[in-house]
Order: sequence, then structure tokens, then C-alpha cells
Amino acid sequence: MLSILGYNAGPLLAQSILGLINGAFYALLSLGLAVIFGLLNIINFAHGALYMLGAVVSWVLLNHLGLGYWPSLLLAPLIVGAFGIVLERLFISKLYKLDHLYGLLLTFGIALIVEGLARNEFGSSGMSYAVPEALRGATRLGFMIMPTYRLWVVVASFVTCIATWFVLEKTSLGATLRAATENAALVQAFGVNVPRLITLTYGAGVALAALAGVMAAPVYSVNPGMGSNVIIVVFAVVVIGGMGSILGSILTGFGLGLIEGFTKFVYPQGSGVVVFVLMVIVLLLRPAGLFGKAA
Amino acid sequence: MNIDRLNLGRRALLGTAAAASLPAVGRAQASGLKIGVLTDLSGPYKDLAGPLAVECVRLALEDYGAAAKGMKVDVVAADHQNKPDVGAGIARQWFDQDGVDLIVEVANSGVALAVAGVAKDKNKVYLNSGAATSDLTAAQCNANTIHWAYDTYMLAKSTGGALAKAGGNSWFFITADYAFGKALQRDTTGFITANGGKVVGSIAYPFPGTTDFSSMLLQAQSSGAKVLGIANAGTDTINTIKQAKEFGITMTLAGLLLFISDVHALGLETAQGIALTDSFYWDHNARTRAFSERLKPKAPAARPTMVHAGVYSSTLHYLKTATAAGMGVMKGPGTEVVARMKAMPTDDDCFGPGSIRIDGRKIHPSYLWEIKKPSESKGPWDYYKPIATTPADQAFRPLNEGGCPLAKA
Repeated sequence: MLSILGYNAGPLLAQSILGLINGAFYALLSLGLAVIFGLLNIINFAHGALYMLGAVVSWVLLNHLGLGYWPSLLLAPLIVGAFGIVLERLFISKLYKLDHLYGLLLTFGIALIVEGLARNEFGSSGMSYAVPEALRGATRLGFMIMPTYRLWVVVASFVTCIATWFVLEKTSLGATLRAATENAALVQAFGVNVPRLITLTYGAGVALAALAGVMAAPVYSVNPGMGSNVIIVVFAVVVIGGMGSILGSILTGFGLGLIEGFTKFVYPQGSGVVVFVLMVIVLLLRPAGLFGKAA
Repeated sequence: MNIDRLNLGRRALLGTAAAASLPAVGRAQASGLKIGVLTDLSGPYKDLAGPLAVECVRLALEDYGAAAKGMKVDVVAADHQNKPDVGAGIARQWFDQDGVDLIVEVANSGVALAVAGVAKDKNKVYLNSGAATSDLTAAQCNANTIHWAYDTYMLAKSTGGALAKAGGNSWFFITADYAFGKALQRDTTGFITANGGKVVGSIAYPFPGTTDFSSMLLQAQSSGAKVLGIANAGTDTINTIKQAKEFGITMTLAGLLLFISDVHALGLETAQGIALTDSFYWDHNARTRAFSERLKPKAPAARPTMVHAGVYSSTLHYLKTATAAGMGVMKGPGTEVVARMKAMPTDDDCFGPGSIRIDGRKIHPSYLWEIKKPSESKGPWDYYKPIATTPADQAFRPLNEGGCPLAKA
């Protein structure tokens, strides 16, 4: 069999593909974080809890209202996004003028409360969410079995990431948003309602987290603790990519998934720390991150 | 930034956290008994132990008719948060200041071992049902502790031994990289090799924090082993099994520690066909059904795990001992209470007749089950069918092999 660096090519390729799948979740989650940080300057520590909420809401929609995966894909982000908007209006908007640390503490507190309430309501062992009928089954690729659903996750996540990047970087709405973060007073003078714009942006960032949650529901168990498992890695992704860089977080998300997958194959014990080792190296060599602009 | 304000905020936060972790208890009455349920009320083991464990203590009091017999028994509960220091701190406060005579439950092996030390220091009584580690009755055993429902040795012998005998002679382990996972793999490996099988490979993954097991599953599959030994617990086990189905893993899955609450979370569609060991199943016989029926009003949506059964059974035996020995003994040294408990045979609806060994090991049969197909299940929680029974005298580690100093005396 063909070999690369002394490893069989088949298993290596399989691990790389698996890494890419995890990378799809990292990218989607870090994208939302990057949007929120880039445009609102808030380090949204509640992101993991909101991701969990996306999965939980889709479970509730299925089990209490009979709404399946496809409606959930739209409804859960809308519901959780609306919840995010309420959070932003009631709490987060009060902190824009203060240091980053206050926003971080507040959102961390919100995360703990949301997770605690979910655990109280739904228990800790999690709920099962079946893979939608249309995406069941798997394709035999020779060197591995590729579940159809996982393939869908990679494609859907990639399309969402590119669409978000396009809206922010290539449309007039995106230009207005970016201008508002540079100089809110000036943009306001042009008749744009900047506070509303910012509220909606936070809602959109939260909706992205919820979307990732809906997509994760059939793969992982729907569990109140699922957000806290990934949030630290996702923060590392954002730091490596460069705080607030949209394209950086997308590329870094997929890239780190790939590296993590490779590590799992070569030295599984190291897979938990490889992302953080990379983070340390990047911070030492390029403190602003791979794609960030130096302040 | 305003440093003073931040410091103040942090101090206030820490204060609130400390207050929240303190158990809500009042002063004990010297005349009665006080039982402390130390459990995971908010974390990963909440469903397999947690609030329902507290209800099991209350049910034991009702079933025994403690009030009618003139026994005054108070029940308190606290959350150990899966932190050994928090658990040991609560145990100390309970024993020293709150007049607690007995601590039950304590899921989580790390916390369980810490609390065993406190019970010994304070010479009180400690009946563990939730923890897996067989070290509680090995080198770290003491005369104040009884390990009730199950342990890693029992799981390894029943699941590992039975599958190896049934032709599962080559194994691959996916193991949580900490004391519990390693002990489970070590114990199971012993039974595989004893039955002529071999372990062809294993992966220890970082715990906690791993959610994706697909890469390990593919390596397990390509190893050519017949059986996949899943040496982890809770959400990790659920994710491993779920992803094994997704990636079409054709190996026999051996859930080395799988509770019925995990099976419920997985759903039969995913979990069907898996072999697992439980010392208690609610639908096993008329007595276990009667027990579950009495527990139902307290938790209509759930069924008891073997941990819940252990909490009920151990509390009931403690109450019987209280009647036989009298309040003078029960309020005296814990070692004497435990000695009286060991001297008396046990019998209850959950585990049937049994006994307690000198090293603190509660002895009863263990059962190997297979998870039913969805078509075989007649209703909610109808999940297991029996495959094999290990008789009580063989279910646990032989007395002379554990290295417990009490066994040598």
C-alpha cells in the first residue's frame, strides 16, 4: 500500500477527512465568535452554551412539536438568535464602553446559568437525536466508511462560512457594519441606526452558534455540557486565526481540525493539547494571530 | 480598568460560590440518626445517581417503617461537584458539626476514595454505591467503609470473561486516560487472557474533553480485532457507541460500564445488541419490579440504576442493623456499626439475599445483559434481556487477591 512519511496512505487519508469534519464545527463556531468580537468587541464566552442551546432547541422542536431536522435548521437558529438579541439588549449592551474583561465575565456567567438550567431541566446523560432520513447511510470509500451525514456537515458548514464572509466583506451591508465599528458616530450621522445594527449582528453571531448546535445534534449526544467541551478549543482557533478575522477563523478552523485529526492518528494522547501548543507558538511568533492585523 | 471594583467583584463571586457549595443542613438531634447523601446533583453522574439517590434513601425509610418503629431519621443531601476536595470537605463538616452518622452514594471514584479516608478518620459509617473503583476494598479498604453495588472487577469479569468465552478472543480498547479507565482495561485484560484471548491494541484518549471518537474507531476497526472494549463512562461511552454505529463498525461492542440511564440516552436503535453488566435491572424479577414500582411516584420519567438500587439496599440494611443493635451502638464508633452490619446477612428487593465480606465488599450475583432490539422492546425502559449470571461467590475479586489489610487479620 502507498505510504506517506512511513504511514499507510489509506488510514492517514481517513484521519485527515475526519479531521476536516471536526474542523467544520470549529470553523462554524469560531466564525460566530469572530463576527461578534470583530464588530462588537465582546469576547463572547456564552458561545458554547448557545451552541448547546441550538442542539437542545432542535431536540425540543422534534420531541414536543414534531418538527424534524430540516425545519430545525432554520427555526433553532432563529429562536436562539432571538434569545441572543434579548441578552444583548438587556445586559451586553451596557458593557460596550468598559474593558473587554467585563464582557468576558458577563458572558461566562450567562454560559454557566444557561448550562445549569439546561442540566436541571434535561438531566446530564443527554438525549438522542436521530440522523435525518435523507442523510442516513454511508459511502464505502475503500479506505474508510464515510457517513453521508458527516459529508453534509462539511459541505453545509463550508457554504455557511463562505456566505458569511461574502456578506461581511463584499456587500454594502457588510461595509456599513465594518464602518460602524470603526466610527459609530459618523455612520450614525448618515442615518444608520447603529445600536440596532449591532444588536442584529450579535443575534446573527449567536444564530451561527445555534446552527452548529443543530448540525452537531445527530453526531454527538445532545448534552447540556456539550458546549463547554468545545468552547476552549474554539477560542484557541480564534486566537490562532487572529481575533476578529473572519477569513482567518474559517481557514484556521478547518486547518486545526486537520492537524488534530492527524495527531489522533500519530499520537492520540497528544490530540488534546496539539491545538494549544500551536496557539502558544503562534502567539510567540505572531501575537496578532495568523490572519490578524497588528494593533 | 478599575482594579478595586474587579477585586471586590471577584471576592463577592467566590463568597457566593462557597456559600452555594455548603450543604443546607441544620443541627442534628442527638436521639435520632442522620443520613447524608453525598452525590453528583449537577454534573455528569446526576442521572445515574443524583436526586433519585436521595429519594431511594427516603423510600428505604418508608419501606422499613422507620417512623412507625419510633426511629427518628433525618436525611440531608449535598453536591460533591465531582471534586475530591469538595466531597471530603462536606463529609468533614457533616461528621464534625452536623451530626451526620452515615454517608451513602458518592459516585465518582476520586471523591469516593477521599470520603473513605474521612470516614475512617472520624470513625463514622460510609456505604458507597456509586463509585466503580475496586480499590475501595483493596489496599485502600478500611473498617468504616462498605462498597455496595458493583466495582471494576465485577464488570471486567462478567463482560470481559463472558465475551472472551463466547469467541471474542481478540480485543481493542478505547480507554479514558485516567485511573478509572486504566483500571477497567487492566482488569478486563486479565480475564481476556485467562480465557485464551488477546488484546491486539488500545488507545488511551485525553479525559475529559474528548467528544469525537471516530478516528479511534477507524483504527480499532482496521486492527482486525473482534471485540471493541469501551473503557470509559457516561457521555464518553454514549458518544463512542453512537459514532461506532455511524461509521459502520462491525466489531462486537462491549460497554464495560454502561448504566440504564446511558442506554436510555442512546436509544435502542443505536444501542441494540450491546453486551453489558449490571448487578441490578428494574425488570429482572418480581422483587425488582416491586421496588421500581414503589419508587415510581418519586420519579415517574426514570427507572433506577444499580447505583440507586445500592443506595436503597445499603440504607435498608443500615436501618435493620439499627433495630438489632440499638441506638447506643449506632451512635458509637463507626467500626462497631460496620462490624454489626457485616455480621448480619442482607436481603432486599433489589439484590435479593446477600452478605458483606470482611474487606467491606457487599456480595451478590452479577448479570450479563444484552440490549434489546427496538422490535423486542415492549415499552419504555424495556431494554435488557439476560445472557448470563455470575453467582455471588464468584462475582467479585477473591478476598485474598485484593491486598486489603482487613482480610489478613
